[in-house]
Amino acid sequence: MTRKQPMKAPVLQSEFRRVKPAARALVAAMLAALLLGCTRSKQPQKTVIQNTGSDTMVNLAQAWAEEYAEVEPMVSVEVSGGGTGTGIAALINGTVDIANCSRRIEPQEIEQAKKNTGKEPRELTVGYDALAVYVYKTNPLEEIRLDQLAEIYGEGGKITKWSQLGVSMPGGADMIIRVSRQSNSGTYYYFREVILGKGRDFKLGSLDMHGSKDVVELVSKTPGAIGYSGMGYATSEVRTLRLARKSGDKSFAPTVENTLNHTYPIARPLFMYTLGEPAGPVKKYLDWIQSESGQKIVIQSGYVPLPKTGAQP
Amino acid sequence: MEKAARSIQSRPRWEVLTETAIEWLIRLCGISAILFVFGIFFFVFREGSGFLFHGFNVREFFGSTQWYPNSQSHVRYGALALIVGTASVTVLAMLIAVPFGIGAAIFISEFCGPRLKETLKITIELLAAIPSVVWGFIGLTVMNPLIINLFGVPIGLNVLNGGLILALMSVPIIVSIGEDALKAVPDSYREAALALGVTRWQLVHRVLLPAAKNGLLAAVLLGVGRGVGETMAVLMATGHAVQIPTSLMDSVRTLTATIVAELGEAPVHSDHYQVLFIIGVLLFSITFVVNLAADLIVRGIRSK
Repeated sequence: MTRKQPMKAPVLQSEFRRVKPAARALVAAMLAALLLGCTRSKQPQKTVIQNTGSDTMVNLAQAWAEEYAEVEPMVSVEVSGGGTGTGIAALINGTVDIANCSRRIEPQEIEQAKKNTGKEPRELTVGYDALAVYVYKTNPLEEIRLDQLAEIYGEGGKITKWSQLGVSMPGGADMIIRVSRQSNSGTYYYFREVILGKGRDFKLGSLDMHGSKDVVELVSKTPGAIGYSGMGYATSEVRTLRLARKSGDKSFAPTVENTLNHTYPIARPLFMYTLGEPAGPVKKYLDWIQSESGQKIVIQSGYVPLPKTGAQP
Repeated sequence: MEKAARSIQSRPRWEVLTETAIEWLIRLCGISAILFVFGIFFFVFREGSGFLFHGFNVREFFGSTQWYPNSQSHVRYGALALIVGTASVTVLAMLIAVPFGIGAAIFISEFCGPRLKETLKITIELLAAIPSVVWGFIGLTVMNPLIINLFGVPIGLNVLNGGLILALMSVPIIVSIGEDALKAVPDSYREAALALGVTRWQLVHRVLLPAAKNGLLAAVLLGVGRGVGETMAVLMATGHAVQIPTSLMDSVRTLTATIVAELGEAPVHSDHYQVLFIIGVLLFSITFVVNLAADLIVRGIRSK
């Protein structure tokens, strides 16, 4: 742009000057892509298992995939998160081999999958999770009842301040900051169904985080916050509350023991779904997950393994 | 002319042909932008149109704050809180970014030496190159505790946080386009003003700003477009809470963040899915109007 051409659309001119080399680069890139397309490598192909879904389970699934790469080097398991809803949507579209779910698949989702792919989703329980309720590390609250949680989170609920739960917050931040999950999360569904009850909605204005880890991360930085997430995401920066079913009941902490003996009220199974009966490498992988070496990783990831006898806890 | 014709004739045939081919390829690249824009608008509109004409409640969409897309008892699609969320964050970002951006553009174009100028330009371009998810991460982990401690509020993921992050992201655009606009003011204007004995401030205030006014306005509007369309950073920094903010310290949720958070789960062609595309059409219209305004203003300079 020269100073001799005054007042002539400075933006457009400079943009135009940028376009020409860009177009040239584009042409070069197209040619390069053509050339590369012709030279394909002829290595022996690895079997790839696509594994998508629950954000609660994504670390666990990743740990399994990494361990399995050593057991079975010719099989590579590709794990991604995004939420249970994303996993089920991928299953319905038939774009995934295994969908991780932190809630049970809904009947209409089974119907959709059958209609779309002609195969029925098969369910496999691979471990258990106690859904922990997290608060800031200096929060004096020790335990909470399920109906109190419903009043905090549910539409039309009356509890908005920590003082209503009988605690005074250090620093005087009395307002309860509700941390929740985005609506495609299995954890969100599970919490809504078990805590709020069928049909009741969440109170608007909660902070809807996009991952299990984000919930704990935010609670650890926000003194007035309360949030729910898988027990595997507990850190030393946050505290978990003991939960009681109703007034007068004993409260229980989210531990492996309390999950297995049913005393912790909001424990749930973790599922893996396949389209039709699993076969070949997928079946081998799922068998390995349920074996002792697979279940060891469940414990390492902070979740609850399947009971040894094979019976449902 | 004749000479040119002769030189083309004397060249080998294949060379002439490849040249024509490449010319056409380049032309196609140029036109492709138009095709893409209309194609995108068409497909976005088509995905949402089924619900738009059957069952879409305009009054609820623009007038209600009840956003319950997957309620099991009573589904509601009230996007008012989302629209207000986008507007509040964008307005705050512009209130911060415009003075800083224009100020920086004036400084770079008129006041600083060549070496400092180069350094500043490179640094500002670097600012523009930071991915938005990194900005969001800064908002979530750095600004959140900072705002809580500084203002004594219960939550730091709010309009202020999102607005600051967006402002930081818009400043580079405003600076580089604003600087272009100032640079385009002919030197004769500067020389004439200086010959009249004005101070440097008077030169900027009375001569350059009026002369480059349209280009600067275009810079601001492109910054606004960036603000309205930004997704990841605001998703993480604003708290993603469906409510009408009553102060800078309230969490909000934006239109873009809603799409990105919910599209993955919405079954294809369900009402929820189509409503998200209607939001897309709304966003597209907003940015289209903003960009069109910017373009018309720039054109305004030409016709003068």
